[in-house]
Amino acid sequence: MMRKSFRILLLLILAVATSVPAQAQKRNPKIDVAEALKGYFRPVTTPSATPDADGFIRRWMILEPISKPNPTNRVFTDSYTRENLSVEYFPGQLTMLPKDGDKVKVTMEYQPPVNLSSNRPVAPPQQQNQPKFVKATLTWHALDSDHFFVKLFRFATGLDKDRYGVIFWTVTVINCEEDIENVRLAVGSNKAARWWVNGEEVLLLAGDRHMGVDSAVSDRVTLKKGRNVLRGVTMNGPGMSEFCARFIDDTGKPVTGYTITCN
Amino acid sequence: MKKTALSGLAAFAALFLCAAASAQIGSPYIHDPSTVVECDGKYYTFGTGSGGLISEDGWSWHSGGVRPGGGVAPDAIKIGDRYLVVYAASDRSNNLRYHSRVYAMWNKTLDPTSPDFKYTDPVDIGGSNGYEDCDGIDPGLMMGPDGRLWLVYGTYFGYLRVVELSPETAEPVGRPVDVALSCEAGEMMYNDGWYYLLATHGTCCSGVNSTYEIIVGRSKSPTGPYVDNVGRDMIHGGGKLVLASEPRRIGAGHFGRFIVSEGVEKMSFHFEGDLDRSGRSVLAMRPLLWKNGWPVAGEPFRNGEYSLVSERRGYALELAVNNVPMAGGMRGFSRNGDDTVVALEDQKLADVIGTWPEGGIGVRIGPELYRPHQAWEITEIPELGGYIGGAYCKITIAGTDRALAATADREVTTVPAFTGAPEQLWRIDRLTDGTYRIMPKFVPGTGEELVLVSVADSTPSLGVFDPDSDNSKWNLVRH
Repeated sequence: MMRKSFRILLLLILAVATSVPAQAQKRNPKIDVAEALKGYFRPVTTPSATPDADGFIRRWMILEPISKPNPTNRVFTDSYTRENLSVEYFPGQLTMLPKDGDKVKVTMEYQPPVNLSSNRPVAPPQQQNQPKFVKATLTWHALDSDHFFVKLFRFATGLDKDRYGVIFWTVTVINCEEDIENVRLAVGSNKAARWWVNGEEVLLLAGDRHMGVDSAVSDRVTLKKGRNVLRGVTMNGPGMSEFCARFIDDTGKPVTGYTITCN
Repeated sequence: MKKTALSGLAAFAALFLCAAASAQIGSPYIHDPSTVVECDGKYYTFGTGSGGLISEDGWSWHSGGVRPGGGVAPDAIKIGDRYLVVYAASDRSNNLRYHSRVYAMWNKTLDPTSPDFKYTDPVDIGGSNGYEDCDGIDPGLMMGPDGRLWLVYGTYFGYLRVVELSPETAEPVGRPVDVALSCEAGEMMYNDGWYYLLATHGTCCSGVNSTYEIIVGRSKSPTGPYVDNVGRDMIHGGGKLVLASEPRRIGAGHFGRFIVSEGVEKMSFHFEGDLDRSGRSVLAMRPLLWKNGWPVAGEPFRNGEYSLVSERRGYALELAVNNVPMAGGMRGFSRNGDDTVVALEDQKLADVIGTWPEGGIGVRIGPELYRPHQAWEITEIPELGGYIGGAYCKITIAGTDRALAATADREVTTVPAFTGAPEQLWRIDRLTDGTYRIMPKFVPGTGEELVLVSVADSTPSLGVFDPDSDNSKWNLVRH
């Protein structure tokens, strides 16, 4: 027979253990990013990069995902997308140029851990008597994609973060030796997204989208001599998340005459 | 009830009947249908879950197909004298959602009442391990022109993959190759030197809110690259639209090709939401056309008034009656623009019908003048049966009950009144080149399948369908 104080202690331990999301239990703060993202991303090791032969931008600063539980991909109407991608999740989200390892504090919607056999939350938060919002500290990662696309889903799973119903902030800097006029930002996005060039919104991508090369393009913009900030935010539901981005000219050909840095 | 209300009700009923006639009848309820396969004169398709649909004629469908194994999105193909059925199911051994396997099984027949009906044990022939960017479900099969068998599988979770299978055992004989990204419900087909990869984009499993749509790319190799009409590789998310939604029917997906005969092809698929059937997921079939080397979904047949114009000469099928002149005649060659311009009325049936004999009247082919003796009302009659992809029609002179009919001497004529006799029912198939084949359900005194042909510029008859001859082809010009 256990002593009463020991039983209380055991119950407390059990209560704490069962209230912590399964993913959080597994998360290792000293995770080896290079190993965790192998096959999809490599940590940035060079001062600058260039777009690939097809013009795709592979160097990005990517913030660990912000939880935003979206139960289905049908919710991504224009208004829902704009509304939920207009929320200020962290200060300076439309202006900051983070460095690798920089952290931001966010308050985000709680979502229970994923049941991997169904890839869905085990139950809505309210049924688990969980708080609606939780505070979190998220890290920016400077990464080069191994592919023409940026596989956000694998970024999240590799770092053992929430993978469905999340928001990914991404930013990169386009360095031009001279003005490049009349180009369009071309994005393929799985799923909803907003994109800005030098602080000006150029694309709002709503709907249950798949990632297709150049599936949507901006109006013509000018990449000015010097630094140009390209920023995007992508929100998914219960499925894959990824994007690809490049600049194309009036004939649809990729623009490649610039370098890319993270900040 | 007020007259306006009655008129409204009649209009609604007409709309419903018209809409319903372009859908399969019976109980065609299915999701993720396999390619339609013919077995001993019956048609079969299987869907997600167990079981499937059977049809005696390809038009009226009912449950009754038997497929063990459950799982999702099967496909079927006839190879030699056996039928290969594949389906996918999740493997829970490592508790990962995308650990999915494709299983294959064989049967000598698809008829569950046959003594030969017995599936072999399902064999795992591929899939995904739960960790990779692939979800190994939605299998699709294709037999290439060289006798090589191919399997495609995958969903929005990563890549669609193609792998070669043994046509004897269905076991893989090569390594899977990634061919497309961010699509699902893959199916392959071969046509005129090209391999085609059909798949879907859009939201699945959402009924009337589905945005499912069938897309296609093509390649010279079964393992790709599959490129769309603007040069985008499907592995970069490309794809040319084949069919999305149409009025009253939402979310086309799970393409299947059915070749009736050379030049006559159908595509089977599901609409995720049929607004005339409680928004349920239903089997649908449409003509499969080929345009500039790309598959095109033909529109469903619409009842209406048409000219039947021969592809041979461009003349129109007409009653062999006097061409009654219209009033007015030639207005001369004057270029005087001061005359008041008025619109003349079309010649009306009432203007001419009194000049027609009352009994049987023959038909001929003549210059198209859009006169009453050239105006044919084509009306589907679903209750009198159908064929794969459509219901039999009556073809009558517009405004009358005078019906086109096949004769025992293999000619064509009209009878004063439509009786529903099989020689007065017509099968209308849209051909792959966009023209039509017009075929009587029955030709008295012969078991041959004959079609309406132009044996001369001015002479119609019945003859054997020749897909390479314009004599066998017609255009339906809507009035």
